[in-house]
Amino acid sequence: MEIKVCGPGCSSCEKTQKIVEAAIAATGVDATLTKVTDFQEIAKLGIFSTPAVIADGDVKSVGNIPKQSDVEGWLSA
Amino acid sequence: MKSIKNRTEGTDCCSPSPGTPNKKITVKQSSMGLFGLIVWYIIYKQLLPFSHFFSYDLLGLEKGSHLGEAIQFFVYDTPKVMMLLTLIVFVIGILRSFFTQERTRKYLAGKRETAGNVMAALLGIVTPFCSCSAVPLFLGFVQAGVPLGVTFSFLIAAPMVNEIAVILLYGLLGWKVAAIYLGTGLLIAIISGWVIGRFNLEHWIEDWVQELRSAEAVVIEETLTWSDRIDRGREAVRDIVGKVWIYVVAGIGVGAAIHGYVPETFMASIMGKDAWWSVPVAVVVGIPMYSNAAGIVPVVEALLGKGAALGTVLAFMMSVIALSLPEMVILRKVLKLKLIAVFVAVVGSGILFTGFLFNLII
Repeated sequence: MEIKVCGPGCSSCEKTQKIVEAAIAATGVDATLTKVTDFQEIAKLGIFSTPAVIADGDVKSVGNIPKQSDVEGWLSA
Repeated sequence: MKSIKNRTEGTDCCSPSPGTPNKKITVKQSSMGLFGLIVWYIIYKQLLPFSHFFSYDLLGLEKGSHLGEAIQFFVYDTPKVMMLLTLIVFVIGILRSFFTQERTRKYLAGKRETAGNVMAALLGIVTPFCSCSAVPLFLGFVQAGVPLGVTFSFLIAAPMVNEIAVILLYGLLGWKVAAIYLGTGLLIAIISGWVIGRFNLEHWIEDWVQELRSAEAVVIEETLTWSDRIDRGREAVRDIVGKVWIYVVAGIGVGAAIHGYVPETFMASIMGKDAWWSVPVAVVVGIPMYSNAAGIVPVVEALLGKGAALGTVLAFMMSVIALSLPEMVILRKVLKLKLIAVFVAVVGSGILFTGFLFNLII
């Protein structure tokens, strides 16, 4: 699975990244996590508020820090 | 239960659709809230007597002495400001769960200028915003077709007219100063945005941003229950109060030292009414300084207490918060340098005008 965390690198984005990392560890799903920090790239994905989480090209959350239980749900889906 | 769904229809933010479980506030939640508020108020009322008891009876310091005054000020103001901050941040945290950037964007996209400028400035207060979300937010506004001037009204109001600044001003300097700050901050945001809109500077936005107009925004709407919203409030308190308490304590510490030791008229000569040049100097000095509202207000209080003029101090505070160098560096990625210069010039003029005005009438 390919997970992208979009955000310029502020505290909310870092929190989101940690939650996603924790969710990957907890579920044991084989997933790669990439950070997208470039504004232009983020905007091209159609995302205009950060942080955002994308799983296999599917935008899962925009503009807020997701709960770990939700992220685990996206991973096992 | 929290569920996330793709937004397909325009559901109103404030009226939950009937039949959805757990969306209404429960009796237990509201009575707990009321009880908490009463306890909060009782403790709050005890702070002043306690600070006198602590400094003059317990520590045996003399009333009117430098050390006594400084300690009493610190022991009173620190818990007072922290309690006000916690309450307001909690309430605003809940309020913000109703206003997302997506809703604000969608709402402003259909607005004309002038009315749009006013709405944008007001929404700037309640829409969740941090300086690093400024660029994606700007891009989203451009993409949605929000006029440039309206976008600027939002971008100016969001950091400047900030609930933390207003509540700290109220707590430390009274409601009049807080109201003046709130009112002039909003006016500067509305008028500056309107003026920038009149210049038709769309071509000074970076070219790649222009191309986004054809892009489509991904919007995921959350369905929140009252428990979720209360959680948001708690998170906001943990996050914001946890982050700014150190600035508040340090700021009040500086305030206490000035309160106790610096002579009353010390600032009058350099930041007083008669020194007209102090307003532009305050604005220029404020630009490279970057502080959040929480850190700057206690310093403002101390300056005012020692004879600095209100207009000068307001100008300084607004410049520190609204014209920040780091934010300009971030905005440079989407705006051409000329547009940033216009932004600084227009907002700077607004702040200068406010400074002179208040020095003149108060």
